[in-house]
Amino acid sequence: MGGLIKSSIARKVAMALSGLFLVFFLLQHFSINFTSVFSPDLFNELSHFMGTNPIVQFVLQPILIFAVVFHFVMGFILEVQNNKARAVKYAKYNGGANAPWVSRNMIYSGLVVLAFLGLHFYDFWVPEIVYKYIETNPEVPTRYYEELLHKFESPIRTGLYVLSFVFLALHLWHGFASSFQSVGFNNKYSEGLTKFAKAFAVLIPLGFVAIAVIHYFNH
Amino acid sequence: MNLTLKIWRQKDAKSQGKMVDYQISGIEGDMSFLEMLDVLNEDLISKGEEPVVFDHDCREGICGSCSLQINGEPHGPDRLITTCQLHMRKFNDGDTIYIEPFRAKAFPVVKDLMIDRSAFDRIQHAGGYISVNTSGNTMDANAIPVNKHDADDSFAAATCIGCGACVAACKNASAMLFTSAKVSQFALLPQGQVEASERVMAMVNQMDAEGFGNCTNTGACEIECPKGISLENIARMNREYLKASVKG
Repeated sequence: MGGLIKSSIARKVAMALSGLFLVFFLLQHFSINFTSVFSPDLFNELSHFMGTNPIVQFVLQPILIFAVVFHFVMGFILEVQNNKARAVKYAKYNGGANAPWVSRNMIYSGLVVLAFLGLHFYDFWVPEIVYKYIETNPEVPTRYYEELLHKFESPIRTGLYVLSFVFLALHLWHGFASSFQSVGFNNKYSEGLTKFAKAFAVLIPLGFVAIAVIHYFNH
Repeated sequence: MNLTLKIWRQKDAKSQGKMVDYQISGIEGDMSFLEMLDVLNEDLISKGEEPVVFDHDCREGICGSCSLQINGEPHGPDRLITTCQLHMRKFNDGDTIYIEPFRAKAFPVVKDLMIDRSAFDRIQHAGGYISVNTSGNTMDANAIPVNKHDADDSFAAATCIGCGACVAACKNASAMLFTSAKVSQFALLPQGQVEASERVMAMVNQMDAEGFGNCTNTGACEIECPKGISLENIARMNREYLKASVKG
């Protein structure tokens, strides 16, 4: 088992699987956020369910936090190892000749997404935990939509949100499609799957951006 | 053609190296890149200076000896070629050309542009073979039916010449394309499948022990490979490795 953890392939597969889990979470998060555009009641109902259901709160949420932490800690470890694998750098390195910028700079797009997650936790997750589990306020099932609107009042906050999702799109553009290769899936279906992954990488972040912009202009 | 060459000079494995500028003239477009370096060396020798050391052997794209990172790309700006197959017509009069050794911790510089690629040999020794009874009872390989697609894919993987361009091109100095080609050429054939699990585990473990980086699927290795070894081989190696890990 120790050998498996040290193996470059095992780590690569672990990065891919944690990434795929986060992609699935992103889709679920988007689906709920999307309802806020056309039905505040449905958004409140779904948010109330996610915020109070014990399985979501005490099983899925810790798994999600573990996946996020694992993905970025492993990403850092791999980055450090990869830097060590070429201790003396090239005087001239034409990386753009054989690989796109996004695939060579996952660490930077990932760092922006990580910074955004910090802001997102500060904005939503921490106040939610304080509200529910520290101040133990009574649950108000209709509060979620108002809280969401309040966060998109500031143009700076909305701008940062939009910028972060541009970097998320860049990260997903390479990460989602390449995760299939990492788990050993490369065959006649790969071309279609890559197209799907790249479409997802653009459309889902674009959807998040659209939701933020719509709420900002609705104020 | 008059050129400015910026070449990595390093006295030996323990010394610090540096880029040194050279001016060269009278270069014809029909010369190969290595012939251009031969001209430079003759010039250096005639001046009593130390010639530039670089790897070369067959000079026809088969042996994989010639390495060289040229203007930031392994084997230079052309595709599906080795450095000996790169012609000077790819460059223009007045160009500045950067010439460096393939860089990787696992490929230490021996002198100037010559590197030690024996890490690849050790990966091969770890499992890049099949155990065959050669005492007169060897079975005729043609007596074993092989699916045509598998035979073709195996042959394509076996065309890897072990030049190290994949490592040089990869931003992480990963050797996964090389190792996966060597794993694949056997994993696809019945003769190789007998030892498939032990082979992939041993070769990947050796690859990791040599200090190569991790693959992040940028695809640079496939683009720069002089033999066009496909990324499919890396996916196959990942599958083989996972299968072998589950089997224990």
